[in-house]
Amino acid sequence: MDGSDFVPLALPPLVIATLAALACAGPGNFLLLRRQSLLGDAMAHVVLPGIVAAFLITGSAAPGVMLAGALATAALSSLLIEAIRRAARADAGAAMGATFTAMFAAGVLLLEMSGASAMHLDVEHALYGSLESLIWIDATGWASLADPQALATLPPELPLLALVASTILAALALFWRPLTIATFDEGFAATMGIPTRLLSAGLTGLTALAAVAAFSAVGSILTIAMLVCPAATARLLTDSLPRQIVLSLVIAATTAILGTLAAGYLPLALGLPFAVSAAGSIATLGGLFLALAALIGPRRHRVAPSL
Amino acid sequence: MTEAFLSALFLQAGYNATLVSIGAALLGLAAGSVGAFLTLRRRALASDAMAHATLPGVGLAFLAMAALGGDGRNLAGLLLGAGLTAALGLFLLQRLTTRTRLPEDAAIGAVLSTFYGAGIVLLTVIQNLSLGRPAGLEGFLLGSTAGMLLSDAMLIAGGGAAILLLLALLRRPLAMTAFDPDHAQQMGVNTRAADTALLLLTLACVLLGLRVVGLILIVALLITPALTARLWSDRIGIVALLAGGIGAVAGHLGASLSLALPDLPTGPSIVLLVFAGFLTSILIAPRKGLLTRHRQTAMDEP
Repeated sequence: MDGSDFVPLALPPLVIATLAALACAGPGNFLLLRRQSLLGDAMAHVVLPGIVAAFLITGSAAPGVMLAGALATAALSSLLIEAIRRAARADAGAAMGATFTAMFAAGVLLLEMSGASAMHLDVEHALYGSLESLIWIDATGWASLADPQALATLPPELPLLALVASTILAALALFWRPLTIATFDEGFAATMGIPTRLLSAGLTGLTALAAVAAFSAVGSILTIAMLVCPAATARLLTDSLPRQIVLSLVIAATTAILGTLAAGYLPLALGLPFAVSAAGSIATLGGLFLALAALIGPRRHRVAPSL
Repeated sequence: MTEAFLSALFLQAGYNATLVSIGAALLGLAAGSVGAFLTLRRRALASDAMAHATLPGVGLAFLAMAALGGDGRNLAGLLLGAGLTAALGLFLLQRLTTRTRLPEDAAIGAVLSTFYGAGIVLLTVIQNLSLGRPAGLEGFLLGSTAGMLLSDAMLIAGGGAAILLLLALLRRPLAMTAFDPDHAQQMGVNTRAADTALLLLTLACVLLGLRVVGLILIVALLITPALTARLWSDRIGIVALLAGGIGAVAGHLGASLSLALPDLPTGPSIVLLVFAGFLTSILIAPRKGLLTRHRQTAMDEP
């Protein structure tokens, strides 16, 4: 096997999906414990208007520009959610639902009305990504991995996601202690002088960063799935937070790899002459792992509060 | 464009256009009123899980109908499939929240993304089998009123009327359960049945909304009019009527706008109109609006 098909066509989507899954699964653990899992859902939707607006303003579709635009709308949305909670005395879920649907609707309208859909962005791309199209044209086989000239033509999403995933995981490791304390007991953390509001904003920022970077490569559906499912699965397997995080990262990577391969090769094995959506297949697999953990996971049950 | 919009607005734009805007208005009326109870019960985002869980059902129903030699795009058939998988999603959501230690929001996110992912996989299968001529099922993601049939509009109108009737009949147990479940139980209300009824009514709204608003944005029609109405009144009956009214007006206006401007997708137009109404109300609602509250505090000061 010289990899002359595998390396240019299958390897980049595989690596990109794995990096996106890792970037999302890390912060997903803290969101889960803070009962903010749906923040990821909201972020994955509000990224769209940011990307479209950034393109319309600058005329550039460079990853950095998209990232900046998306982070801007993510920040705007979290302010808006908080403002709506206060002004309309709504619960967090309702405030989020009102905000992210409006932002997403604005994104779709901008896209449809402005002709931005002429660029490679369209609504379907935004919803379920186009992992399959992220190919490495100049690769000829495994040898290309050592060829600087060929490496320079990797899809730009790959290095970007590698950078984002390592930034996010490094930040989680760096702020491990205060973040853990503030997650389990915000009041106690505050008495210890930990800036809990700043940490909370930081976590929102990391979530937005993960959602934004993953979104442009794999679409909103995979982003939501990877923010929620691996962490939830790991939560049903262990009580220890460090172990939960490591498990969630392993589960995320496994899901991404198996899901991508299944999308490409399972239909062929069944005699169907095509591949199915890789993002959809990864999301489905993530849910199946969670279902398995919910059925047989050793820590699946709610523990009765000890008095 | 203005002329086309005005004629659509006053139901003069032809038979089909009239059907579409009446259908959208009835949908807005039903979803707004049901949403008033749903947001009061703090279950707003459970509807998002349901909405996304319709997608695999749409795909499976299409495949089944096409395999049986029928028209894969029969709306009633597609909605039946959608309803079945959405009900399954709702069931799994309840199981995850009651039987495991996952909080409800994580369970919502998990059900939503898994079912939606499976739906996307089915959509790519359908595209590749090229059973459907193009412009098939993608319309269910963001709604499309183009090519809506008389039978579709009748289905939406009839369904909306049935939802409103049921809601009117069930309004007392629903309201009591939403305000204070413990008290309601003491008063002899079967709160579990009331909760199930509320979720089924929500499911019905989601299904009717698939064609017009699409599964991604339908939750906006359930949540935002209700939040808006709560700024104007504290009484649940009035909130439900107001929310329904807001939904109906936005549905009708949005559908008319998108009929006049073919590039303008229906779902997003309706959702943005509803949100604009919400933001305006946050500012100017009597007593609770930001501007009015500000003025009051200014007057209170000596």
